[in-house]
Amino acid sequence: MLGLWIVLGVVVLAVVWAVVAFNRLVTYRNRAEEGWSQIDVQLRRRYDLIPNLVETVQGYAAHEREVFEEVARARSAAIGATGAAEQASAENAITSGLRKLLAVAENYPDLKASANFLALQEELTGTESKIAYARQYYNEQVRLLNTRIQSFPSSAIANLFHFERREFFDIEDAARGPVRVDLGSTTPTES
Amino acid sequence: MHEQIAANKRKTVLLFVVAIAFTALIGYAIGFLFFQGGVVGVVLATILAVALSLGSYFAGDRIVLASTGAREVTAEQEPRLHNIVEGIAIAAGVPKPRVYVVPEQAPNAFATGRDPEHSSVAVTQGLLDIMNRVELEGVIGHEMSHVLDRDILVGTVVATVVGAAVLMSEFFTRSWFWSGGRMGGRREGGDGGGIIVLVLFAVGIVLLILAPLAGQLIKLSVSRNREYLADAEGVLLTRYPPGLISALEKIRDAPHAMRSANNATAHLWLEQPSRVPGQETSTMEKLFSTHPPIEERIQRLKEM
Repeated sequence: MLGLWIVLGVVVLAVVWAVVAFNRLVTYRNRAEEGWSQIDVQLRRRYDLIPNLVETVQGYAAHEREVFEEVARARSAAIGATGAAEQASAENAITSGLRKLLAVAENYPDLKASANFLALQEELTGTESKIAYARQYYNEQVRLLNTRIQSFPSSAIANLFHFERREFFDIEDAARGPVRVDLGSTTPTES
Repeated sequence: MHEQIAANKRKTVLLFVVAIAFTALIGYAIGFLFFQGGVVGVVLATILAVALSLGSYFAGDRIVLASTGAREVTAEQEPRLHNIVEGIAIAAGVPKPRVYVVPEQAPNAFATGRDPEHSSVAVTQGLLDIMNRVELEGVIGHEMSHVLDRDILVGTVVATVVGAAVLMSEFFTRSWFWSGGRMGGRREGGDGGGIIVLVLFAVGIVLLILAPLAGQLIKLSVSRNREYLADAEGVLLTRYPPGLISALEKIRDAPHAMRSANNATAHLWLEQPSRVPGQETSTMEKLFSTHPPIEERIQRLKEM
């Protein structure tokens, strides 16, 4: 009789553990997905900003056609990209294109002083850092999810219910340390 | 991050229990001394503590914002501040808090709200004027950590509950003093019982006298420890310690003192508003400070 109770107790405990482990996996997976959609929102915001920015710079520097084309090309490549790795490399192309664009803008004092350009520049800097923060959050959640999926005993539950590991999203991998994409925004102390 | 938040939630519950028990104990002492028995006092004090906790839980943020004169700003008015707050909220995986500016020249900031879904971040105009982007990010990271840890809730509730206990004990010790030390009842009784009553009496009076001090010390030590924690966690969000270090250095060197230095809200700010710039702090002051010395905070950040 006692033996039966012990067996029953062990079974109940195992079931409870399995449910808890499953729910935690779901939580981690949802957070990773949430992180991914946040990256997506910010990337889209950057796509939307690009035409405005190009147009503003064009108003002052119409002959710098090369840079405009490069940015436009990178933008459409990024919009059409699929998968984290391809997306990341396309986004890097946009970032470098935008850097060139802003470097060009440096040569036109009237442009740099225009309120419209300053507002766009702030929006762009803000969006760049939001992309960096979204990526930081996403990668952290992916790391937690992948660790859970790989480590025993939660790996058993993960295999049973087909939880899949996710790819990290690496933009600007060359920049070690703080990922800070500073596009030369003006700070109040400097201006 | 999320694990740490869960641990903090448990600690918060514990703190609530301690704060309410503290109030109940004071209530017992008052009841014992003035109303024939401790039970009445315990019941009254507990009801008061719970009511005040609930009140500060739901209305604390509005009261704090109103008392500091903060006004809400839109993304159009302060694009840089809004972008930074949103970025840090994304890094922390929480909804974006509401953004306020306090018309005050001393550089400072605070966060309020009971949980990440109902939070607000306020910075002074002086802070906006002198900080660059990375410094502002450091400051907002620190404030966002307070939001994540529910320090705001803890701060507000501890302040109200402990404050109530302190107020009660002060009220009763004074009224007792002015009424010439008369007590209600508890005069007769056998010889043996008399001594016990007398001892309890003495304990009760000591408790009442010490209550304000103890309450204050609880509040302060809670506040100081959480500042270090928020510094560390803020840097975890921005991944850039030099930003917060340089922000703290600028605050340390700022010539302005806060105009509205108010003891009730002191523990909420990034740096203690009552601290006079450029003045050394003594050991006694350290014990009664809501914030650790700014030099020590800078030092700890540099060691990370």
